[in-house]
Amino acid sequence: MRIARRVTRAILAALALPAILLTLWWVLTADSESYYLPPLSEILAAVDDVWLHSDRLSADVLPSVLRLFGGFLLAVVIGVALGVAIGSSRRLRAFCEPVLEFLRAIPPPVLVPVLMLVAGIGDTMKVLVIVSGCVWPILLNTVEGVRAVDEVLVETARCYGVRGPSRLWNLVIRSASPQIVAGLRQGLSIGIILMVISEMFAASNGLGFSIIQFQRTFAVTEMWTGILLLGLLGFLLATLMRLFERRALNWYFGLRQAQRGGSR
Amino acid sequence: MSIMSETRTQTADPRTEALLDVRGVRKVYEGHGRSVEAVRDLTFTVARGELVCVVGPSGAGKTTLLKCIAGLLAPTGGEVVLEGTAVDGPSPGMAVVFQEYGRSLFPWMSVRKNVELPLKQKKLPRARRAELVHQALDAVGLGDVQSAYPWQLSGGMQQRVAIARAIAYEPHILLMDEPFAAVDAQTRADLEDLVRSLWHRLGVTTLFVTHDIDEAVYLGQRVLVLSAAPTVVLDDIAIDLPDERDQLTTRSSARFAELRAQVFAQIQRAKKHHAGADHP
Repeated sequence: MRIARRVTRAILAALALPAILLTLWWVLTADSESYYLPPLSEILAAVDDVWLHSDRLSADVLPSVLRLFGGFLLAVVIGVALGVAIGSSRRLRAFCEPVLEFLRAIPPPVLVPVLMLVAGIGDTMKVLVIVSGCVWPILLNTVEGVRAVDEVLVETARCYGVRGPSRLWNLVIRSASPQIVAGLRQGLSIGIILMVISEMFAASNGLGFSIIQFQRTFAVTEMWTGILLLGLLGFLLATLMRLFERRALNWYFGLRQAQRGGSR
Repeated sequence: MSIMSETRTQTADPRTEALLDVRGVRKVYEGHGRSVEAVRDLTFTVARGELVCVVGPSGAGKTTLLKCIAGLLAPTGGEVVLEGTAVDGPSPGMAVVFQEYGRSLFPWMSVRKNVELPLKQKKLPRARRAELVHQALDAVGLGDVQSAYPWQLSGGMQQRVAIARAIAYEPHILLMDEPFAAVDAQTRADLEDLVRSLWHRLGVTTLFVTHDIDEAVYLGQRVLVLSAAPTVVLDDIAIDLPDERDQLTTRSSARFAELRAQVFAQIQRAKKHHAGADHP
């Protein structure tokens, strides 16, 4: 009963600000004459036609989401694997660090023309653009996390014969997981941005492509529905990320709370 | 075979069969163009079934010594021999309980998983693992908190988990590195009695490193007194207190006071000796 009430309260608290902002938007644009700022009521009315009663969900939204997932997962695999290797070896770190700093400083959108030359204009290019942006926060956070593995735990693992894949998972990755998850969260938000940007060049479908298409054909109301949908997608993915974080880092939040509360 | 059913085998002369043989161990730390001799020459043996305490002033290279024995650190000279085999890395025959209990348990694993992980590495079958975990946690009085996380427990309980992990590993020698230095006095007394009772029941050979003279005398059958760095063994004192010890009567006995004074005098001498050596 008390849990139910707490959950309801948390949901209400989370929805309060969006509700206020939407109401403001609704009221302020209610009798808007501006071509570029149609009333929110019109935008919402158009959602149905533009997205739900068309094949856009499967023809545009789905490909975008799939490319985002593909790119993000690839970035996770590359980022964590390289991060563990670089974080574990001082020599490898000294060898790679300057190059990593250089590559990280390149804004991924400028890579689009280059990647087009290499990978064409299809899905591969778009996935690669997403990877090229997502991978850095994941990689760099993993390196920091792996470097910070507690020396006493390392010796404990050695002393009890914990090595090989078991050491990698039970010691290194679990220990670095708070930083890795922080990297994942940053990577995901960059990934959403790059998903849209990659579809602005030489694309024939996708959420970003649709928004640009509406903009170029002066379908302003439709463009706004696309932007709303994009925001909703971002919110959904962030929520999923949060749920994953709660599950994977349950121990970490508990540990931190125990440390803050002093010795019991 | 159960770890609980073993009983301590009393040998007539504990020095006849050396389980652990530390021969002329020397450790020099090199770095930044200068070398520091932490340990000069340590030679001693620990017989099967013995409980030996090592006591020395702070900075006596006690942790260095323990790490050399555990195979976590390669000595510069000399060798450590366990059951006739030279130690060149962590061996399944040894288990270590570290001082920093809060940092030596895996915070992302439950108490049970912490104790079980080393057994998985030993490739023991599941049923045997469950049995060992259960027995070890019962033996340290933590049978009912198996699914808790270490950080949900008090410091003393966390150190009990570390001890349970060590005994579940079924080592031939248990190495303890100032395990109770970071817990409060009452918890410490409880844990000391726990070490005595586990040693009695399991008969596991134990090397207990501490800076606390009273603790060393109270726990050990023998006390090795170390000098300040560069470390050598100053004295090897047999503790002829009765086998049944308890915090109240043992610590207030006349013999305890004598032994305590003897160890204390050695340590004071060690400090003076080195102060003299520094300014000839």
